[in-house]
Amino acid sequence: MSNAESSSVKSTAVQEPWWMRVLLIAVGVGFLLVLIGLPLSAVFVEALHKGIKPYWQSLLHPDALAAVRLTLIVAAIAVPFNVLFGLAASWAIAKFEFSGKQFLLTLIDLPFAVSPVISGLVYILLFGAHAALGRWLVDNDIQIVFAVPGLVLATIFITFPFVARELIPLMQEQGTEEEEAAILLGANGWQTFRRVTLPNIKWGLLYGVLLCNARAMGEFGAVSVVSGHIRGETNTLPLHVEILYNEYNFVAAFAVASLLTILALITLLLKSFMEMKFATGKKRH
Amino acid sequence: MRIPLLRQHSVLPGFGLAMGWTLFCLAVVVLIPLSGLFFKTATMTGEAFWQTISSPRVINAYKISFGIAFAAALINAFFGLIVAWILVRYTFPFKRIVDAAVDLPFALPTAVAGIALATLYAPQGWLGKPLAELGIKVAFTPLGILLALVFVGLPFVVRTVQPILEDLEKDVEEVAASLGASRRQIFCRVLLPQIFPALLTGFAMSFARALGEYGSVIFIAGNLPNVSEIIPLLITIKLEQYDYTGATALAVVMLLASFVLLLLINILQKWSSRQ
Repeated sequence: MSNAESSSVKSTAVQEPWWMRVLLIAVGVGFLLVLIGLPLSAVFVEALHKGIKPYWQSLLHPDALAAVRLTLIVAAIAVPFNVLFGLAASWAIAKFEFSGKQFLLTLIDLPFAVSPVISGLVYILLFGAHAALGRWLVDNDIQIVFAVPGLVLATIFITFPFVARELIPLMQEQGTEEEEAAILLGANGWQTFRRVTLPNIKWGLLYGVLLCNARAMGEFGAVSVVSGHIRGETNTLPLHVEILYNEYNFVAAFAVASLLTILALITLLLKSFMEMKFATGKKRH
Repeated sequence: MRIPLLRQHSVLPGFGLAMGWTLFCLAVVVLIPLSGLFFKTATMTGEAFWQTISSPRVINAYKISFGIAFAAALINAFFGLIVAWILVRYTFPFKRIVDAAVDLPFALPTAVAGIALATLYAPQGWLGKPLAELGIKVAFTPLGILLALVFVGLPFVVRTVQPILEDLEKDVEEVAASLGASRRQIFCRVLLPQIFPALLTGFAMSFARALGEYGSVIFIAGNLPNVSEIIPLLITIKLEQYDYTGATALAVVMLLASFVLLLLINILQKWSSRQ
């Protein structure tokens, strides 16, 4: 067998023939276009198909503005809470050795495995008017479910693992040497955390916050169960989309949906940017 | 404060504080609320519990939820592998955008996905109309549920298989090729065994996600009892009827199914990282 022959045999066995490559790319890209590209464009086409004026009117409607405000409030509480939790959990889990670590990680992951509907249901059971705690709350005029605190709680539950799951592998990879050196050189714990750990994890933290925020603002199932759907009061943006859609007010529903879609696109853009630049997150698996 | 039994010695401070806050959050946000499900179920008699979770309408909903989630995960395993493969092995225009687009189902709120898919596949929609002329109804049928579940589950398979494909060593394939193996043999005997654990993990994650999915499904499903009604929807229906114990009983069944899946995924991931 001549040299040229053997290398051509080799190349067809190491790589697929050209028609196979073209076919696979066509199938893969085509699948993504139909599954992801079309729904994405449908949102904007439906939102704008009666012109720009109804679009703006839908977005500037008081109920839509109230939904924007509420979504921002919920995220503004849920995201910082999960950052505080994520920082503490990753410090304890990544920097120290203790037994039962794997079990603790599984517990932190639980909210990922639970249906959003169940996440909402557990708070209804805990704080609803039929439960002991719920009756006491009603007697004392404290409303949790069918009010903003319930929305915040359900959102915290749903987004609970996001920041911690991003930080734990990152901090485990970085080890404890730098912190130990800082402590031995006389820094106190807080200084060590702020000057050594935080700069090391800042991009991972930002990445976690980004994903956490996207989910917090877009969550539907869990908040739908605890919200009570009081227009202008307990409707976040995704719930407002549902109400408008069910009223056959499609232009307004897609106009509000387009806001959430733009949020998702910005999230993806920032995410790709961070992965490209800092190669965090890609190592999650 | 040191917790000698739990922790090995370290010069770093803050274990007590960090661990305390972690456990506090975990208990208040996750464990106490979830345990409420089991306390609520405990107030039911065994018979009432059994009747709730095995009524014909519920049984049909299990079949729909589990069956369609399984089918969606299979479809995702097939196309997800192709997408991961072309993203790792080939170059083509707009590859970076295609790669980023895979994550859209993670980032797009499920309600938005739901109304977009329902509008596309409705009898008058862009895709629904030509399909209807072929006699295929997607929106407001179980096929619509399948579509929504494929949408939400896609990134799981791609993102678990992709890093494994990236780490595969090309040498092994070259050796197999120089020993006379054909491309098909190399794929089946060399590549597939290495990818398989990750593929199975992605499949299980996609299945678990599909099982609990609510937002994207309810708009396109039509929600006919016994035909296109999923378990999460049935839970919300029972809640709206103030049947809290009934809703809880179904939630417990689903929760147990999720636990089993979570355990399975953990085992699969261990297996996959050992390979």
